[in-house]
Amino acid sequence: MNNILVFPMIVPILAAMLLLFFRSNRSIQRWGSVGAMAAVFLISMWILQQVMRRGILRLDFGEWLPPFGITFVADIFAVLLVTVSSLVTVLCLVYAAFVKDEKRESFFLYPFSLLLAAGVNGSFLTGDLFNLFVCFEVMLLASYALMTLGGEKKQLTEGIKYMLINILSSWLFLLGIAYLYGTLGTLNMAHLSLRIAEAGQPPLLTTISILFLVVFSLKAGLVLYFWLPGSYSALPAAISALFAALLTKVGVYALFRTFTLLFYHEPSFTHTIIGYMAAATMIGGSIGALAHRDVRKIASYNVVIAIGFILVGLASYNEAGIQGSIYYLIHDIVIKGLLFLLVGTIVHLTGKSRFDEESGLIANYPLFGWLFFIMILSLGGIPPFSGFAGKLFIGEGAIGAGHYGLTAVAFLSSLFVLYSLLRVFLIMFWGESTIMSKNQVPLPIGTLAPLLALGILTTVLGLGMDVLSPYISEAADVLMNPDLYIKGALQNN
Amino acid sequence: MRENDLILQTVSKVAVFIILTFGVYLFLAGHHHPGGGFIGGLTLSSAFVLLYLAFDVETINKGLPFDYKNVAALGVIIATLTGTGSLLFGSSFLSQTFAYFNLPIFGKTELATVMLFESGVALGVIGVVVTIIISISEDV
Repeated sequence: MNNILVFPMIVPILAAMLLLFFRSNRSIQRWGSVGAMAAVFLISMWILQQVMRRGILRLDFGEWLPPFGITFVADIFAVLLVTVSSLVTVLCLVYAAFVKDEKRESFFLYPFSLLLAAGVNGSFLTGDLFNLFVCFEVMLLASYALMTLGGEKKQLTEGIKYMLINILSSWLFLLGIAYLYGTLGTLNMAHLSLRIAEAGQPPLLTTISILFLVVFSLKAGLVLYFWLPGSYSALPAAISALFAALLTKVGVYALFRTFTLLFYHEPSFTHTIIGYMAAATMIGGSIGALAHRDVRKIASYNVVIAIGFILVGLASYNEAGIQGSIYYLIHDIVIKGLLFLLVGTIVHLTGKSRFDEESGLIANYPLFGWLFFIMILSLGGIPPFSGFAGKLFIGEGAIGAGHYGLTAVAFLSSLFVLYSLLRVFLIMFWGESTIMSKNQVPLPIGTLAPLLALGILTTVLGLGMDVLSPYISEAADVLMNPDLYIKGALQNN
Repeated sequence: MRENDLILQTVSKVAVFIILTFGVYLFLAGHHHPGGGFIGGLTLSSAFVLLYLAFDVETINKGLPFDYKNVAALGVIIATLTGTGSLLFGSSFLSQTFAYFNLPIFGKTELATVMLFESGVALGVIGVVVTIIISISEDV
């Protein structure tokens, strides 16, 4: 009985519902939501310490024992992601609180953001496949509302595509769950893992696993990312940062869970496919990032490249690769939040989204400019920032698994990431300033503060690798040894 | 343009009570038989929707001055808080219990804590359904 595990999900839900009663009081909306997510962050830090000390924690809802009841299972991998994503959500909400987009605020911007966070945290923590579907839906429903909030024409056209593609993938997800329940008679993930291991993953189950691969690839933007750049670039800064930091990562998390815990018996087939998909994603993403001149599109394609990169670790399927992926996932949640907040701020400050229409911004906003530069370095994986460890381990894992071509593609894509954003930096921030200092839009310290915090966070994560590494190796250990997860999730405690 | 909806209005006045009673019955039956908070809530909200159809929105809003968004929020809060109520007794989230009481009129009655949770679900369903119907009617 570890009731604390449910709090990362119900605290945001309760806060969101309470905020509905204070629709007209904007400061309660702003700071109430920030406070709730800060509480979630502290709680998840505490859970992280507990899991580190006591091993995998489990909560049986209503005291129905697994595999019959619904459970929340907290292993290090899940709790690390909950912690980091809560922290990034806090910072995005602080940013939104200072931007003061009153039109969206009066239509429940904060309650929807909190429900999104609740769905994300629930997806990370759940130990049951059907409950994963439910938490996905909570998250997606909130994201549909956030996607169309404000009702701009571009948002609505992109929103329709976003909804259709997600409804389709949710339907496929449900279909996959039905197939799995029909063949194995259980949906508890640990129990599923046991039964798949007993059956030895015959071709039928491998086929079902490919259905899950398609579903989660749609959610994560692996190869099937065609919906992503358009919809992410239609959103205002704070919401797009939330989407980029959290939504695709939940899909990646689900891919890692299914292909390390459930369908890990035929890696020569499934994990090879994932490898090819990762390569295609990185190539497609790089082409997109170089082809566009709209900074928001460039940022969106960078999300795609990172997804491909993270999955190289899963494709290699060895300790180093998985460790690298976890490092990189954590790094990517932070850095994509920062990237989208920075890009959104650029559009807000200049009113332009094409990078060749503006120059010399660093003269007007020096600190902001250097933050952008730090973000590029971190994104490119330059030490001492947080991207470095992930790239190193993923590279080591891929070479260890003999995927030389994939390694080459992965590191070339990093160069393209660097190039695509350095180009933005050189043209937009350097050169002759076109904005007179008396005409420049003020950049309040409040909106700069969350950006600065994320910038510091990526530096600290990079420098504090030693503090983080025991957590990461423990998380990778659980992912590589399904028995540990099964023991934690099924044994009576 | 007003249609002649005398028949609809007269029938609704009676039918609404039947539907409401049936909704409450379904809600209470749910513990052991088909029914429960979700279905009871749907039936109850269908009574409200019928009222909105038969009469106009302004009249009904005068009689039932609720903001249904808040009703839904209240329902979710009740459901979540009753779920956490079991934490006070040292049990898991969403645990439930029941006991038998001798009530004056009903005699020996089973009272279950899950009823409190279900009342939250019912309020949530009513709030959401009526909010959806009213927002659609505003669009046209």
